[in-house]
Amino acid sequence: MTITQVLECDTLTDVAARIRSHVVDMCAGPEGGHLGGALSCVDVLTALYFSVLDVDTHWPDDPDRDRFLLSKGHAAVALYATLAERGFFPVEELSGFGRAGSRLMGHPVRAVPGVELPTGSLGHGLALGCGFALANRYAGRTSRTFVLLGDGELQEGSVWEAAIAAASQRLDRLVAVVDRNGLQLTGPTDAIAPMEPLAERWRSFGWAVREVDGHDPELLADLLDAGPWEPGKPSVLIARTVKGQGLPFLAGRASSHYVTLSPRNHARAISALRVAEALA
Amino acid sequence: MSRATREAYRDSVLALLGRHPELMCLDSDTGLFSADHAAAAGDQYLNLGIAEQNLMGVAAGMAACGRVPFVNTMAAFAASRALEAIKIDIAYNRLPVRIMATHGGLAAGHLGPTHQALEDLAVMRVLPGMTVVVPADAAATEAFVEQSVTLPGPLYVRLGRKPTPPIPAAPPPVIGKAQTLRTGGDVVLVGCGPYPVLACVAAAETLAEQGIEATVLNMHTLRPFDTETLIAAARPATLVVTLEEHWRAGGLGGAVAETLAEAQPTRVLRLGVPDKFVDEVGNQEHLVAHYDLTAERVVRAVRTALDTAARSGKTDWKEHHS
Repeated sequence: MTITQVLECDTLTDVAARIRSHVVDMCAGPEGGHLGGALSCVDVLTALYFSVLDVDTHWPDDPDRDRFLLSKGHAAVALYATLAERGFFPVEELSGFGRAGSRLMGHPVRAVPGVELPTGSLGHGLALGCGFALANRYAGRTSRTFVLLGDGELQEGSVWEAAIAAASQRLDRLVAVVDRNGLQLTGPTDAIAPMEPLAERWRSFGWAVREVDGHDPELLADLLDAGPWEPGKPSVLIARTVKGQGLPFLAGRASSHYVTLSPRNHARAISALRVAEALA
Repeated sequence: MSRATREAYRDSVLALLGRHPELMCLDSDTGLFSADHAAAAGDQYLNLGIAEQNLMGVAAGMAACGRVPFVNTMAAFAASRALEAIKIDIAYNRLPVRIMATHGGLAAGHLGPTHQALEDLAVMRVLPGMTVVVPADAAATEAFVEQSVTLPGPLYVRLGRKPTPPIPAAPPPVIGKAQTLRTGGDVVLVGCGPYPVLACVAAAETLAEQGIEATVLNMHTLRPFDTETLIAAARPATLVVTLEEHWRAGGLGGAVAETLAEAQPTRVLRLGVPDKFVDEVGNQEHLVAHYDLTAERVVRAVRTALDTAARSGKTDWKEHHS
C-alpha cells in the first residue's frame, strides 16, 4: 500500500493510532525514550503532517515547503514515527531507535529526512521558526512555519524573547503549538513554575491565541490550517493534552516522562492501544 | 589614521548590502547603526531588540533558508549569554552566520567586566567549523567583511569600540593567513588585535637595537589556525612570545602553545590579562597599560628568558630540549 492510498482511506485517528504504536515499540528498545511527552503530542503531529503541512517526501528540501520544528525535541520518537508513517523514510528503520549505529538519535537530528534543524536543548525552536518565517517573507513565499513547544519548555526565557520578536515583526505565517500536558520531568508545571493564565500571557505578548482539545486531530487540523487567525499576528494554539495519552497505566503521570518499557509493560501498552482503537 | 574597527565593519556591511540581496544585518539594539544607517540599509536591516539568544536563533533560521545574516552584538553577550544558541543553532548546522562582536577584549574600558570579553576567543575557537578572526585595524576589518560574503560556515569577528591606530604596512589581510610583519631569526612575537600587534611591532624594534632579531606575526585568524606560518617562524627561534587582550587561557597563546607542542617544540611565553576580573576604572589604553600588555613587557619577557637561558649555559634553549 502506498502512502497516497493510506491518506485516502485512513482517518487521522487511525494514523495517530499507528504512530502511538511505533512510539511504544521504540520506548521498549534498549534506551527507552521520552514516552509521555511523545504520546501527548501525537495527535498534533498527525494533524500537521497528514492534513496541514505542504511538504513533499520526494523533495523534502523544496524551498516553498511549509516548515515544522519540534522545539520540544525530547519527543523525537513521536516525530520519527510521524515522518516514517508520512513516507520520509521506511517505517522499518524505527526499530533502530536507541540501537548503536542508528541515525535516530534521542533528539531530532538533520540526518533524518524531514527534520529541518536539530532540536532538544529547550527554548531554541521558536527563534529558529522566526528566522524561517522572516526568510520566507523576504523571499516572497507564502509558506507557513509551525513550531511545537512543550509547556515546561515555556520556562526558558528564550521562548519569550522569540515571542516578542515574532509579534513585533508581525509574523502571521508563524504558528506555535503548546503541548499543554501540564507535567514536566519531576511534577506538575504549575506547581514548579505557575504559568496560568497561559492564554493571557501569549495574548499580552501580541499573539492570536486558541485553546483546544489536543487529542482531536480533525479539530486540530482545521484550526491549524485556518491561520492567521488575526491578520498581522503570529498564532499560538494551546493544545490541552494528557502526558502518556493512550496508556491508562501511565497517562497523566509525571513518571511517564522517560520510560524504558519492560516486555511486560510493552505488552500492556500494546493491548491498551488496541482497546482504545477498537473503541474509537 | 585611527579608526574604530566596529565603524569600519558598519560602513563595509552597509556598502555590501546593496550589492548582495541575500545579506541581512540583524541588530540587538547596539546603537552602532543610527536611524540614518538603518534607513540606508532598507529592509536588509532589522533591530530585533535586546535578546541575544533570540538574535542567534533567528539568524540561524534565516541562514537555513538561504540568507547570510550579519548579527550585531557585544562580544561579552555573544560569547557567554548566547553561546548555546551559537553552538547548537549556528555551528552545529554549519550555517553562514557572521557574528560581529564589538567591545572585544578590554575595549569596553570603564564599563567594567560585565561588558568586557576576555574569554570569547577561547570559547569560539573550540566550536567545530567556526572561523574566528580578530582584525588588528580598520583596513583589515574591511577586507575580512568583504571576504566573509562568500565564506562557508559560521564566522566570529572580534571588533573594538574606540578608534585604534592602523598597523604598519603589511601583506594584504586574508582570513586564515597570518601576516608576517617583520622577519628575524632569534625570537617570534605573535599578537592579535590592535594593541597587541602594535606592541609586538614596537617591541621588535627595541629588541633589534639590542641585537635581538624578531619575527612578528599578526595572527588575526585563530581558526583555521595558520600553523604553517607559525611553525616556519618558530623553527629557527629560541623563544615565542604571544600577546593578547584575553585571559591567558585558551586564546591566541593557547593556540600557539598547542600547535608548537605538537609540531615544533619551542618555549612559549603567553602574555595576556591576568587570571582575574578587571578591578579598576580605565579606558582601553589605561587597562592595556595597567595589565602591562605593552611593548616594554614583551621586551622584558624576551630579555629575561634569553638571559636566564644564557646564565644556565643553555645558549640555545631549543637545542637543549631537542
